[in-house]
Amino acid sequence: MIGLGHYLSVAAVLFAIGMAGIFVNRKNVIIILMSIELMLLAVNINLVAFSQFLGDLTGQVFAFMVLTVAAAEAAVGLAILVAFFRNRGDIAVDDANLMKN
Amino acid sequence: MTLAAFAFWVFALSAVASGLMVIASRNPVHSVLFLILAFISAAGLFVLMGAEYLAMLLVVVYVGAVAVLFLFVVMMLDVDFVEMKQGFLQYLPVGVAIAGLIVVELVLAFAAWTMPTDEEFAAANPVATQGSPLAGADAPTNIEGLGLILYTDYVHYFQIAGIILLVAMIGAIVLTFRTRDGIRKQDPAAQVARKREASVELKKVPSGQGI
Repeated sequence: MIGLGHYLSVAAVLFAIGMAGIFVNRKNVIIILMSIELMLLAVNINLVAFSQFLGDLTGQVFAFMVLTVAAAEAAVGLAILVAFFRNRGDIAVDDANLMKN
Repeated sequence: MTLAAFAFWVFALSAVASGLMVIASRNPVHSVLFLILAFISAAGLFVLMGAEYLAMLLVVVYVGAVAVLFLFVVMMLDVDFVEMKQGFLQYLPVGVAIAGLIVVELVLAFAAWTMPTDEEFAAANPVATQGSPLAGADAPTNIEGLGLILYTDYVHYFQIAGIILLVAMIGAIVLTFRTRDGIRKQDPAAQVARKREASVELKKVPSGQGI
């Protein structure tokens, strides 16, 4: 029988994959943004799992909010990425230190 | 193994595997396609949990909008993505270590948590849920129940979500907007300010002589 723990485990593994993705792809902003989307997806799975197993729809409403914020974040993040690419000609984040000097 | 359990394992394994491929694949276009697969698998998990509306929303919003946006940007940027992959092996140990740490922490946290009994739950939430609104014969369907609370109890959250989307839309337009030189544009103020005297000249033509 598939219980709450199964869904939480899947979400935990997905979250960890998203986190590792940020570490191993630190040059490529696009993959970093996708990793953030994966982490938000894991959070959504958690919210829906708790909502279902506690019998309270509030969790799904908040998953809906997370979805909204994730969509907004993807739009703004990719817009920043395009503007960044137009200014510099590449998207290597570890070279982006103009504000440091 | 029941059909539901089988479906759970299929969707869970495909979600995790495609999640791994998102961060490991060499070509970002493949990453986006695996991201789509991960979202579809998660939508399958949502359906198994009985959250059909969110599953459909995930497919429509993520696969239909966000992933396509990612694809557009990946194809628009002229970047050497193979060179971007350098440092992958160098950072792999720390990435795996952090990921393992997070998994262990989450598992410990969830293992320490116990499902409340119905009495405890009712005592902790006297107003929110009398009984379980998802159970019972006359319970509303998932989308019906969501609609019942989304537009009443959570209407302010709903409107805030709308404002967030509006601000994100304006922000994305402002960030990617650029004015280019050498483009002839319409100037409505100049058009409206134009007077008859500036553009029409009446000539008296003498009869029989022509111009």
